Amino acid sequence: MIDLARIRADFPILGETIRGKPLVFLDSAASAQKPRPVINAMVHAMEHQYANIHRGLHWMSERTTEAYEEARDAVATLINANDRHEIIFTGNSTGAINLLAHSYGRGVLKPGQAVVISEMEHHSNIVPWQMLRDAHGIDLRIAPITDAGELDLAAFEALLSDGRVGLVAITHMSNVLGTYTPAERICRIAHAHGARVMFDGSQAIVHRRIDVQALGADFYCFTGHKLYGPTGIGVLWGKRELLDAMPPFMGGGDMISSVSFERSRWAEVPHKFEAGTPAIIEGIGLKAAIDYVQAIGYDAIAAHEAALTDHALARLANVEGLTVIGRAQDRGGVISFTLAGAHPHDVATLLDRQGIAVRAGHHCAEPLMRRLGVDSTARASFGIYTTPGEIDALADTLTKIREFFT
Amino acid sequence: MFDEVRDLYNQTILARGRKPLHMQALAAFDATAKGDNPMCGDRVEVWVKLGDDGNIADTGYKARGCEISIVSADLMVEAVEGLAPSSTKALFDAFRTMVQTGECPDCAQDLTALQPLSAVHKYKSRVKCATLPWHALIAALDGGTTRVSSE
Repeated sequence: MIDLARIRADFPILGETIRGKPLVFLDSAASAQKPRPVINAMVHAMEHQYANIHRGLHWMSERTTEAYEEARDAVATLINANDRHEIIFTGNSTGAINLLAHSYGRGVLKPGQAVVISEMEHHSNIVPWQMLRDAHGIDLRIAPITDAGELDLAAFEALLSDGRVGLVAITHMSNVLGTYTPAERICRIAHAHGARVMFDGSQAIVHRRIDVQALGADFYCFTGHKLYGPTGIGVLWGKRELLDAMPPFMGGGDMISSVSFERSRWAEVPHKFEAGTPAIIEGIGLKAAIDYVQAIGYDAIAAHEAALTDHALARLANVEGLTVIGRAQDRGGVISFTLAGAHPHDVATLLDRQGIAVRAGHHCAEPLMRRLGVDSTARASFGIYTTPGEIDALADTLTKIREFFT
Repeated sequence: MFDEVRDLYNQTILARGRKPLHMQALAAFDATAKGDNPMCGDRVEVWVKLGDDGNIADTGYKARGCEISIVSADLMVEAVEGLAPSSTKALFDAFRTMVQTGECPDCAQDLTALQPLSAVHKYKSRVKCATLPWHALIAALDGGTTRVSSE
């Protein structure tokens, strides 16, 4: 069990009021709030221990480099990477996927090969592959979902049957439906047909322990700001031999071993993929966020959020006119819904006036919206600090919104 | 519970939202354009029929979106009837000032028909909902067949 009161006390923003009402923050899937240790770590770095890294010969640079590289160790431990050099820092998940689409897509995949994504991807895991398709002659295939909002595994396997698929790039947890994809089975199927697998773990890593080796993944990416860390830092993990075979994405300082006007030699991974001064403060903040999550423990986090999700689904089922979108067996605390007679934007505005923050719109997943036959939905998403009482407030207010519009 | 949102969701807005009066395509028209706010999913299509004098004789629209965007389109149809295209643009400028700031002190335009939307300025994220149908209308009058957005 987690000590919810203590966790909430760690997040200063949760004490804020919105127009005189307590903040009920149910938009963590868009970006999570930050606990005091993350804020303190970043402020401490800027006040006491900051210089550029990997190049200075002075005390400040050495200490800052150490602190930044400790973040790499923390990520490696978090996802059980085999080698700390497999951890590449990027700006966010979008940056990680674009890196992969450029470097693996253009450097390793050959024209005529295919990439498989699913029908429930965020735009960030659609558009980079479309750009690769158009620039490099890659076939882009879309794995369908079932009406329940789960990956259609039989159809997925059929897409791979001709052996031309080089890479599967798929979400590990839908940011709209809350559905987890069966990662181990996806990897087994993909590998049996000669394809590599990248998971977009932006949502999943917030709620579940991720062991990239146990999953059988080849690449895994996530972003810091959804994991209670700062914006501006994300991670691409890849198997060492795959990363070694990939050409650099961006050129610049920090990613070379030597430069002349005739030619340059690349640094070893991860630095080969980390051109330019990185997000130093944010890396230090991410380390603090990972330490915070690890101290609470994923078992406790998963149990808390499973209970919240069950409670929310039960409460929302009793709101007249409310339809939850998707009913996957394996799902987490991201719940999209529509309310008959009230557009999601109007719902969001009325909730906001009661201090309740939800997202409304297409959630950067337009193809999924079309598949589901809706223009937009409202979405409530939970974090470690979410309480059953906040879900009750949501359900009660939705009932009143329904009455307001009818 | 929602007394404080009655400024935006007033009787006119709620009534028109439930039952828009002018939501229909025109069979015969001189200009048309689409408005699309992809971030939030509001979509509107506008058709305009001009009279012999070149003024707007009739306007129709189809919309999928929130209450504010639909009611704005519905009120717009009434507000622009009989106006010259240049006057329509001036009215839009005044309307836009009203929904952004709550007032239009320097405006010579008669905003009475659009007054029910005057509280939109207190809801910054909703201003684009109110202006979307107008962007589409102006694009149609400018002869555009392109898709416009207010995001």
